[in-house]
Amino acid sequence: MSHSSDLARAASAPASPVVTATGHRGLDREEALIFELDAEGRSGVDLPEPPPVTPRLGGLARRRPIGLPGLAEPQVVRHYVRLSRRNYAIDLGLYPLGSCTMKHNPRLNEKLARLPGFADLHPLQPEETTQGALRLMHELTHWLTTLCGMPGVALTPAAGAQGELCGLLCIRAALRAGGDQRQVVLVADSAHGTNPATAAMAGYRVEAVPANARGRVDLQALKARLGPDVAAMMLTNPNTCGLFEDEIAEAAAAVHAAGAFVYCDGANFNALVGRVRPGDLGIDCMHLNLHKTFSTPHGGGGPGSGPVMLAAALAPYAPLPFLLREGERLRLVERREGEAAASFGRMKAFHGQMGMFIRALAYMLSHGGDGLKQVAEDAVLTANYVLARVGDVLSPSFPGPCMHECLFDDRFLKGTGVTTLDFAKALIDEGFHPMTMYFPLVVHGALLIEPTETESLDSLEEFIAALRHLAAEATAGRAERFTGAPHLAPRRRLDETAAARKPVLRWRPPDRPRAAE
Amino acid sequence: MRYLPLTPRDRAHMLRAIGVPSIDALYDGVPAAARRREALPLPAHQGEIEVERHLAELAACNLGAGRAAFFLGAGAYRHHVPAAVDHLIQRSEFLTSYTPYQPEISQGTLQYLFEFQTQVALLTGMEVANASLYDGATATSEAVLMAARLTRRHKAVLSGGLHPHYRDTVATLTDFAGFRATALPADADGGQDLVASLDGDTACLVVQNPDVFGRLHDLEPLAGAAQARGALLVAVVNEPVSLGLVRSPGEMGADIVAAEGQGLGGGLNFGGPHLGLFATRERFVRQMPGRLCGETVDADGRRGYVLTLSTREQHIRREKATSNICTNSGLMALAFTIHLSLLGEAGLRRLAELNHAKAVQLADRLAGLPGVRLANDSFFNEFTLRLGRPAAPLVAALAGRGVLAGVPGSRLWPERADLADLLLVCASECTTAADMTALVDGLKEALR
Repeated sequence: MSHSSDLARAASAPASPVVTATGHRGLDREEALIFELDAEGRSGVDLPEPPPVTPRLGGLARRRPIGLPGLAEPQVVRHYVRLSRRNYAIDLGLYPLGSCTMKHNPRLNEKLARLPGFADLHPLQPEETTQGALRLMHELTHWLTTLCGMPGVALTPAAGAQGELCGLLCIRAALRAGGDQRQVVLVADSAHGTNPATAAMAGYRVEAVPANARGRVDLQALKARLGPDVAAMMLTNPNTCGLFEDEIAEAAAAVHAAGAFVYCDGANFNALVGRVRPGDLGIDCMHLNLHKTFSTPHGGGGPGSGPVMLAAALAPYAPLPFLLREGERLRLVERREGEAAASFGRMKAFHGQMGMFIRALAYMLSHGGDGLKQVAEDAVLTANYVLARVGDVLSPSFPGPCMHECLFDDRFLKGTGVTTLDFAKALIDEGFHPMTMYFPLVVHGALLIEPTETESLDSLEEFIAALRHLAAEATAGRAERFTGAPHLAPRRRLDETAAARKPVLRWRPPDRPRAAE
Repeated sequence: MRYLPLTPRDRAHMLRAIGVPSIDALYDGVPAAARRREALPLPAHQGEIEVERHLAELAACNLGAGRAAFFLGAGAYRHHVPAAVDHLIQRSEFLTSYTPYQPEISQGTLQYLFEFQTQVALLTGMEVANASLYDGATATSEAVLMAARLTRRHKAVLSGGLHPHYRDTVATLTDFAGFRATALPADADGGQDLVASLDGDTACLVVQNPDVFGRLHDLEPLAGAAQARGALLVAVVNEPVSLGLVRSPGEMGADIVAAEGQGLGGGLNFGGPHLGLFATRERFVRQMPGRLCGETVDADGRRGYVLTLSTREQHIRREKATSNICTNSGLMALAFTIHLSLLGEAGLRRLAELNHAKAVQLADRLAGLPGVRLANDSFFNEFTLRLGRPAAPLVAALAGRGVLAGVPGSRLWPERADLADLLLVCASECTTAADMTALVDGLKEALR
């Protein structure tokens, strides 16, 4: 049974003037929930009959059905292919989400991550049978430490936020080892929300350091706040205004003089890779997002990988396991002993996001040292080109040049009746994913654009033309095309307030709406 | 360079439009000491042929599970993943999209997350589930932190059957967050008294089922005992296929379920990426970590989905968020949900029965070997043997003969010499009779 057409009919008039009997609109198909496609007893797999045995489940066999839907393979395949067509993706077009680095994901990397020698490898096999995997991790370590100019790396963190936590735990462990119980972490005003959340999770009190009129960390305010209670300063460089923290060296010196460490959020490393080494900037600790700079796919929200680069003073405290080279052989140290005696401990099961390591290394080998430098330069070039080409019609928050992303605020929309949100949603009708909106918080109605180096000039020109056209439409008083936008997407604006007020977080069978448990 | 579309001519044109003489001018803010004009000492760029050759060489140095008789589990499970799963997750629109922050053009991701949350809730027997966390170990840590927030208490009791990596992960996070994790010693032979460790400051009791030795536990009395003392029961599951045959934690009274979902849809991948599952009672939802997808309607009244209850999350609440998690395991959640959709109720049950039956057959054959004792009275698809001598050298010897025999106790509890004779052995639908014979014969010979 399918409810999709009923659902569509129940809805009010679609945007198209043609009302279809099915509710579908050409290639844009309504799709029921998988639970609404169920027929009892049907399955999309053929598995052999189990051999007869006496169960050894200790009397804990399941007594009731689970309630999972049954579908044959063709139905399953169609369901997900139809769903996929309701998504925007970097493979469809420019994805200018600031601070997210949505760049092309090479398919070679997908192929290599699926080699059975990697994908079909258990993390607890004898090390003699996994030397190739360990060598891959070792090579990745070499590339990352060379690119960053920092001697240590902890590969295990699962994503950027876990990398931040890893870094702060290294700092905390290092301070504790010296008998120091500092309680405060300073976070730049323009930081990603993960920075303060991470510092709190690591047991620190968080204090913000304001930005100055140039969109950088206010050096005087930082110096004034530094003291014996401060464990670390967390900043992002380039920062989330798309600007290089040009007083970083002085800031780092002040932080070090106060006995604290400099943590850098490496989310924006794409502007620097191959060209500037964070270790040369006085940074003690920085996570990298392999799913940003090194192009492992975002997969609709993950998985990521967040290796943490460490200065020599922090490296001994890195999480388990440690990867050690003994002649030709590599081995993992999985407990606190020897070189790993001071480790702060374990932060996830096993050894890190191997699938992402493979993709990231393939990406680095493909570009080489020369290509990675070109990556950074082209990323900075594309952002500055967009800034130069739309700076007269949008309102740049800070004078150029920028790094790999450019920040605008909503002054250009003043008096138009159009908000940042409306403007971003109108971009959907023009065929683009919106930019990052309302972040960073240091400017009003922020619009943060990161084109990345994998856009062609034609692609940039089309995007620029769309931005200029929308800016002209807004200032010409055509507010209605914005306030109702998007008009041409699979869905119009969704009611997020209603979703949060009375959350419906799962499907329930219609006949017993609250009794699925 | 094949991934970079700009030509030298494009770059010159763009620099002119920007009004700078060279790319170096755009890096003017970088301190002089940190500016590099020359490339770093790294190899130059390579074509697909060279990169593929190199990585294939590395892959060939590993003994993949498919080339051996394979019996490892202990938190990472090898199951047959139907071909459609990997094909579908490689659809560009799934693979190369970002977190669904713009719901109008992300309904594909949002709808599968809504379906995923429903499947996880059904499977665990809980009311609600989130849109995934990193892995089972971090999910367990998040469960402990959530229990502490809910009860305003500061201690977690970890059963001796909890996977040691999970135990250590919890210990790391609780230590720095100011909680105490009382980890009971590894309980290889069963019968540990968990209730005795609960006190008035206990936020939660953490019990894994099946436990790391493979043993099954009736959680009902434990849930009752914990709840009677004002604590919560956190149930940990690291083999999701077991839920096809074993009573769900929700049915047995668990308050929070933290699980590893890799066994459905995911490969072994040398331990990552895996998939953290997290489910709980509806009334606890505002203390949950991680993203949540919810149903709503659009401006035309059509059903649609959005990320919701974001005021729990770091990008809104900053240092007061329930967790710092941002990126999760979206694509692994997609693989999980597709695999489960292909299986359906009947397929999952059959898969679970097949796993259990193979494990029973294998356990009986191995327990018949001289000097080998089966430590479990109950199990799903994994059990523990006592070999009477250190297992690691035997495992190494068998690996040389193409048998990956299981996980030796010393790999998981290197600090516990008394557990060095343990061998954790796992069977699955992939295990053939020939594989079993290879292990039985190999072990027999090695033990001689």
